[in-house]
Amino acid sequence: MSARDEVGFHAQQHARWHWGEFVFWIAALACAFVFPSRYLIMTDIVRLALFALSLDLILGYAGIVSLGHAAFFGVGAYAAGLLSLHGIITEPVIALIVAGLAAMLLGFATSFLVIRGVDLTRLMVTLGIALLLEALAERFSDITGGTDGLQGIEMQPILKIFAFDMFGKTGFFYSLIVLFLLFLLARRVVHSPFGLSLRAIKNNPLRAAAIGIPVNRRLIAIYTLAAFYAGIAGALFTQTTALASLDVFAFERSADLMLVLVIGGAGYLYGGLIGALVFRMLQEVFAAITPQYWQFWIGLVLVVIVLMGRARLHRWVLFLPNLIITQLAGRKAVVAVPEGESDG
Amino acid sequence: MADLLAIEALRAGYGEAVVLPNMTLRITDGQVLAVLGRNGTGKTTLINSIVGITRRFGGSIRLGGLDMTAMRPDQRARAGIGWVPQERNIFRSLTVEENMTAVAQDGPWTVAKVYEMFPRLKERRNNFGNQLSGGEQQMLAIGRALTLNPRVLLLDEPTEGLAPIIVEELLKALGTITRSSGICSIIVEQHAQKILGLADRVVILERGTIVHDASSSALKADPAILERHLGVSEGAAH
Repeated sequence: MSARDEVGFHAQQHARWHWGEFVFWIAALACAFVFPSRYLIMTDIVRLALFALSLDLILGYAGIVSLGHAAFFGVGAYAAGLLSLHGIITEPVIALIVAGLAAMLLGFATSFLVIRGVDLTRLMVTLGIALLLEALAERFSDITGGTDGLQGIEMQPILKIFAFDMFGKTGFFYSLIVLFLLFLLARRVVHSPFGLSLRAIKNNPLRAAAIGIPVNRRLIAIYTLAAFYAGIAGALFTQTTALASLDVFAFERSADLMLVLVIGGAGYLYGGLIGALVFRMLQEVFAAITPQYWQFWIGLVLVVIVLMGRARLHRWVLFLPNLIITQLAGRKAVVAVPEGESDG
Repeated sequence: MADLLAIEALRAGYGEAVVLPNMTLRITDGQVLAVLGRNGTGKTTLINSIVGITRRFGGSIRLGGLDMTAMRPDQRARAGIGWVPQERNIFRSLTVEENMTAVAQDGPWTVAKVYEMFPRLKERRNNFGNQLSGGEQQMLAIGRALTLNPRVLLLDEPTEGLAPIIVEELLKALGTITRSSGICSIIVEQHAQKILGLADRVVILERGTIVHDASSSALKADPAILERHLGVSEGAAH
């Protein structure tokens, strides 16, 4: 076996699916049948999960912090809206891919700015890019509709077969399938030698370079890919809501995304997905209890999470499942705190 | 034999400080070179300059005729410079196996071959980098450098801080790597006695300059040189 074959072999070994993952995806699919009246909120969670997955790729794996990820979301959203509105591409799947590619192009172009700095610089640069795009979208209101957004978007049936319905059922299944396919791709990427090298870069970029990892090229590649994901999330937003307004570039959208990853944890792909679910649930619950002050309670939860440290929280959350597994299967706990938690 | 690594009039350091004022050093293919010297004489700077992480003020570095002077560190590594840094610098959130597969290049050194060399790594293959002892980390650092299939292996104080029994195991492995595989190696050490048995040639540095360059056997035969430059007693060299 040559070294290259061996690398592929080891990468495949590490990428094997665990039973918990099957349970997760079956549960996600089952939600469609268990909560048939909640398609809209579930679609919203799926979109947010995909958007968070995008940020996880750069933050969790490559250590690139971003406060302007909404820039790509916005470009994807407007691209999908404009393609549909002007009848350029009416088939949603093709429009989705093209919108993702538009965001990807922006990601590639701006990646050169992002790789130049470290944490604080990156935060400012990414934030600046999102603000810039928001201002441009407002300035060119003849194209974007300005503060009113794009009006009159009508989505054609997916693959000319599945029409979007007012209950959001088609939109949910469509979004879930897109999320699942992109998750598979992300999983493949992070378990490949390329993904391993990203984690090495996150550990120590200088040392990673010195042992043969082309740091800048890898960061550009993952940033561009993440932009594609965020663009797809944005396009899904437009396609499932028939809306695209300046709000898609909003700072709050990028900030919420960070919160989602703080809640779910970064660097193991499921963090964004779980975080999106918990974040929206918290919003729902707190908004129902105290409609005026729900943000206060969300803030409080985040402060608690950060102060306690997610690793400790994971251990509490996993105490019961581990106890059941230990009792039923007679073996040590198999649900573990995600890798990388112990990194200082 | 042709020079594999040729350093010509290299002037390098950190920031504004010049540590190596005018370094010229040539190493032939398959040669094992020990770089000795007291603390702060520029041994690590020499290694770091070959790797490409110091500031270069002048001079050139060529590897097998390829001018590496303007190359980035990752390009140098891909061209054939394998580095085992002083602090080992294992990637903590990667497993033993992932640490190696993240950088592996095609060539005779595969992960399986590294496991043959260091069976202990095979036992720990699914342990994360921060779950290894110092000796295991050093084995992994060497294994990681080998899976890059380098033409020149740079080892910066590979035995530093390790228990004597681990040092013995490592030196034995290094002997196998350098002798049977014929990889050209540069080993930086403070302790001459540990490394003289492995090296073909020894250079001693003082203030960033080579003050002695001889075969290992010649140095063994004349321990007074070690005494003069390193303060090592005669018995220690044997």
